[in-house]
Amino acid sequence: MNVANRLLRPIALACGATVMLALVAPSPAAAEGQSKSRPSNPDWQQECGSCHVAYPPRLLSADSWRRIMASLGRHFGVDASLEPAQSAAIESFLVANARRPRPESDPPAAEAPLRITETRWFVSEHRRIAEAKWRSDAVGSASNCAACHLKAEQGSFSERDIRVP
Amino acid sequence: MKQVRVAALSVLLLGAIGPVAGAPGADQASPARGAEIFRARGTDWSCQTCHTADPRNPGRHTVTGKPIEPMAPAVNAKRLTDPGKIEKWFRRNCKDVFARECTAQEQADVMAYLRSLKP
Repeated sequence: MNVANRLLRPIALACGATVMLALVAPSPAAAEGQSKSRPSNPDWQQECGSCHVAYPPRLLSADSWRRIMASLGRHFGVDASLEPAQSAAIESFLVANARRPRPESDPPAAEAPLRITETRWFVSEHRRIAEAKWRSDAVGSASNCAACHLKAEQGSFSERDIRVP
Repeated sequence: MKQVRVAALSVLLLGAIGPVAGAPGADQASPARGAEIFRARGTDWSCQTCHTADPRNPGRHTVTGKPIEPMAPAVNAKRLTDPGKIEKWFRRNCKDVFARECTAQEQADVMAYLRSLKP
């Protein structure tokens, strides 16, 4: 093998490894700060953001979103019903931007979790937050992202913008 | 849905005209009755639970903690101007509080109450 090849091969390997790493889908937390991973829709922002932060579609699977949209009249204890046309449009947006399915571990569609706080990802990311903190006056519940995530309203959950009260 | 639309529009009208005239067969919209409805507790909640005892103040969603802008038009000029929104929020929140829809009269009374509040 000549000198050029000896030098080029490790460089080629490193480039290849970098490309492969870049192709692996980043976790939701790592994807923050990029606007292309923060899809938006005015109806969704308005309707789904009126009582809580409009939770980014990627935080749940398409199956979960369909279950939620099919039961808006009984949405975690309140009535969040919408006109059918608007509901269908928002559901399309959510499903199109949901997290990718994981056939090896996703439950059947009828059992897809309704709560983001019950997803494996959420539990892992928030494992250091004590129960008492969730119920504190400043936070109230785990549905209140904005209590700690200062830019949650803008769809950003960057680690730079976290302040736990 | 069309019936509810008509009801919402007449609610808007009743609320706007107030004591001067009302739709045939309906009482005039009463701010006093509206205040009582606003205070009344259903199963767990009243309107005040989220909107506070004084609708001129900002409120807070009792479950999520999300801030809610004041309901009184004197303080928040956007309130009670869009019939679609009025219909939607009365439908949802009366079910949340009272486990039923509010009648057109009740809605008119509540709107009259909110409109009666001065800054």
